[in-house]
Amino acid sequence: MSSPTRERAEGATAPTSQGSPPASPKAGFWKRIPSPVRNLLLAALALTAISGLMLFSSDLSSLRYAAVGYTLLAIAGLQLLVGGSGQVSLGHGAFMMIGAYSMALLVLHLPMLPLAANLLIVVVVSAVAGLLVGAATARLHGPYLAGATLILAVGLPGLAHRYHDVLGGSNGLRIRVAGAPPGLENLVSDEQWTSIVVWTVVLLALAVLATVSGGRLGRRMRSVRDDETAAAMAGVPVGSTKVAAFVIASTAGGLAGALQIYVLGTATPSIFTLALSLTLLAVLVLGGVGSMWGALWAALAVVYLELWVSDLAGLLEMNSNVENNLPLVFFGIVLILVLRFWPLGIQGIFQRLAARRRLSETSR
Amino acid sequence: MRMRRGTPVAAAALALALMATACQGAGEVTEGEDADLAVATGVTEDTITVGTHQPLTGVAASGYSPISRGAQAVFDYVNEQGGVNGRQIDYVVKDDAYDPAQTVDVTRELVDEEIFAMFGGLGTPTHSGVLDYLNEEGIPDVFPASGALVWNSPEEYPLTYGWQTDYTKEAKVQGQYIAENFPGQNVGFFYQNDDVGTDSQAGLDQYLTDEVVAREHYESSVTDISAQIAALQAAEAEVVVCSCIPAFMANAMLTASAMEYSPQWVVSSIGGDTRTLQGMLAAFSDGAVEGEAADAFLDGLVITSYMPRIEDPEDEWAQLFIEVWEDYREDDSEVLTNTHVFGMTQAVMFSQALLEAGEDLDRQALIDTLHSIEWQGPSPVPFTSSEDDRGGHQGVYVVQYQAGGDIELIQDTRVTDNAGGPIEETDFTQLSPSELAFHD
Repeated sequence: MSSPTRERAEGATAPTSQGSPPASPKAGFWKRIPSPVRNLLLAALALTAISGLMLFSSDLSSLRYAAVGYTLLAIAGLQLLVGGSGQVSLGHGAFMMIGAYSMALLVLHLPMLPLAANLLIVVVVSAVAGLLVGAATARLHGPYLAGATLILAVGLPGLAHRYHDVLGGSNGLRIRVAGAPPGLENLVSDEQWTSIVVWTVVLLALAVLATVSGGRLGRRMRSVRDDETAAAMAGVPVGSTKVAAFVIASTAGGLAGALQIYVLGTATPSIFTLALSLTLLAVLVLGGVGSMWGALWAALAVVYLELWVSDLAGLLEMNSNVENNLPLVFFGIVLILVLRFWPLGIQGIFQRLAARRRLSETSR
Repeated sequence: MRMRRGTPVAAAALALALMATACQGAGEVTEGEDADLAVATGVTEDTITVGTHQPLTGVAASGYSPISRGAQAVFDYVNEQGGVNGRQIDYVVKDDAYDPAQTVDVTRELVDEEIFAMFGGLGTPTHSGVLDYLNEEGIPDVFPASGALVWNSPEEYPLTYGWQTDYTKEAKVQGQYIAENFPGQNVGFFYQNDDVGTDSQAGLDQYLTDEVVAREHYESSVTDISAQIAALQAAEAEVVVCSCIPAFMANAMLTASAMEYSPQWVVSSIGGDTRTLQGMLAAFSDGAVEGEAADAFLDGLVITSYMPRIEDPEDEWAQLFIEVWEDYREDDSEVLTNTHVFGMTQAVMFSQALLEAGEDLDRQALIDTLHSIEWQGPSPVPFTSSEDDRGGHQGVYVVQYQAGGDIELIQDTRVTDNAGGPIEETDFTQLSPSELAFHD
C-alpha cells in the first residue's frame, strides 16, 4: 500500500534533483524553480484570472465554468492514465460516482465536517478504490483491461439500486451545501463562490498531476506505455507504476465527482452511466491524448459544444426531432473529422501550428 | 533529504487553501430570506414565459417526449383563441435527456432567461434536483410530472404543487379493488425498484395481505425480466399488479406470454397508456405482435386512471384534445396517445390558473389563485392545490380495456389520502370544455 504513495512522492520531487541546465537566462530562472512550486505558482495565477473572470459573470456562467472545472479534473486524471501510462479505462465515470456518493453521504450524515475535510476523505476513498481496481487489473492489457473497467462502469450504478436504503436507488442522493461564507455574501453570489471553490481544488489537483506527470513517475509511466518489456529491463517496476497511475487517475476522478455533486446538489446512478465514461474517453481523444492542455479542450467541448450546437439548431428552425438530436450527431462528426485530419486532437492542431511557426522563424 | 523538499510545500499549500475555502460545515445550510413573490418576471404586456425540463433525447425520450408536444398543442390552441387575459403563453421546453445533471443546468438556464414559472418539470430523479433551487429563487414550481410524494411538502417546498395522483393513493384504490373483485385469488406485485415501487406497496399492503404470494421488482436499466416473471408464475399469482412504466408493462406481457402464463394484469396509470403499449408490444416483438394481436394482448387489462382517456368517445375533453391535436400537432404522422393527454390536461389546468390569476399577474397572484381555485376538470377526479395540501389529483377511477379499442368504466372515481385514511366515493363531476374557462 505504501509503494504507490512513495512513488508519487519521489516522482513529484524528481526534477529538483536534476538541476536542468539553463537554456537562456530568463527561462533559466523559471526552470530553476522546483517543479511543484512552479506548478503551484501557475495554478495560483490561473485561479486569480478565473476568479477575476467569475466576478464579472452571471450565476449561470459561473456554474458552467465550475462544470468545466470538474470535468477538466476528471479528464486530466484519465489523461494521465491513458496518455501517460497507456492503460485504457472505460470505467472512469465509476470513480466519479464513488467520489460523488462519498461526498453526498458525508454531507448528509456528518454535516458539521468542513468541505476541505470531506474532500480529503473523498481523496482517500477514491485512492483506495483505485488501488483495488488497479491492483486487480495491472496484468491486463488492451481489450481485457477495457473489458474489466467496463464492468465497473456498468456494475457500479447497480449498487445504488441494490442498497437503495442507503444510496437512494434511482432517485439518488440530494444534498444542500453551504454557500458563500458570512462576510463574503455581499461580494460574491453563492454560485460564484461555488465556482471559485471548485476551481481552487481543480487547479491544486492539476498542479499535483502536472508535477507527477513531469517527474520520475511520469517518465516511468511513459516508458511502460511505450514498451513494457523495455521498461522492465531498464529497471522500471512495471506493475507498481501501472497501479500508481490507476490510483492517481481514480483520485482525480473521485475528486471531480465530489466537486460535481457539490455544484449540482444531486447524485443519481443515471448521471454516472457507461455513457459518461465513454464520453470522457471520447472527448479526451478529441482534445488530444498525451497533453494536459488536451484535457482542457476536452472539458470545454463537453460543457459548451452541445450548448452552442443546440443554440445554432434553434436558430435554423428545424423539425424538433432533428433539432434535439443534432448536438449528438454534430459531436460524432467533429470527433471523426478531427481524428481523420488531426490524429492528435485539438491540442495536436495547436502543436502543429506552433511547430510550423518555429520552423519559419528558424529558417528566416 | 533535498529531494523531498517540494512535497511538504505542496501539501501545506493544499491544506491551507482547502482550510481557507471552508471554515463552516459543508452541510450546515443557513436558511436565506424568503424570496420576493410580488414580481412579474417573465410577464410582459402580451406574453407569459413559462419553462419546463423534459427528456427530448436519450432513453426516456420515446416514452415521455409526447407530454411536452401535447402541452404545446394546447398552448397553441389557447394562444389562437387570444391567450389568457390578452397574453400569449410562451412555453419554453428544454431538453435534459432525463439526466439530473443536465436538469440542473437547463433549469438555471430557464431561470436566467426569466421564466415566470416552472411548469410540469418531468421526472422524480430529475426534478428533485432542482426542487430546493426553485423554491429558494421564488419560482412557482407548478405540477411536476411524476407521482412522487415529495411534491406535496408545503412546509419544506412552499412553491411546489403536485399534480399526478401519487403512487400510494393510486395503489390503495388498486388494492381495495382487487380485494373486492378478485377475492381469494393469489396476488403478485411487479414494481419498479424506486419510489414508484415503495410508495405503491405502501398503498397495496393496506388492502392486500395474505393474498400476496410474490413481490418482484425490476430496474429500469435492465430489460431482461424473465426471472421475475418466472417467479410470479411459480408462485401461482393469478392477479399481477404492475407498478411500472409502459416499456416494462409491455415487456412483462410478452415475457409472460412466452412462458404461457396469463395472469389478470392490473396496471397503474403511469403504464396504462394502451396506444403506447400497442406500439411497444409491436416494437419489442419485432412486429410479431402487432395490430390485432397486440390488441388481444391488452384485452381485459385493468387500468387505474385519473385523466380523460382518448379511448372514451363519451368524454368531451378527450374529443376536444383529439381535435386540438389534429389542428396543432407539429408532425402530421404522430398519433395521439394518453401520454399526450397528460401534457394537454396539465396545460389546460395551468392556463385556467393563469386566467383566474387576473390581468395584474405576478407570482404571488398565481400562488394565491392556486390556493383558492376550485378545480372542475378536465379530469373526472377531484384536485387539490391548497395552502397545506398540494397532493394534486386525489384519487383514481378504474377502467378495463377491451380488444377493439374500447374501455369500460368498471369503478367510478374514489378518493383517498396517501396515509391510512379511508377510500371514499365522490359525486364530483367535471365541467365540459365549453363550461370551463381556460382562455380568452
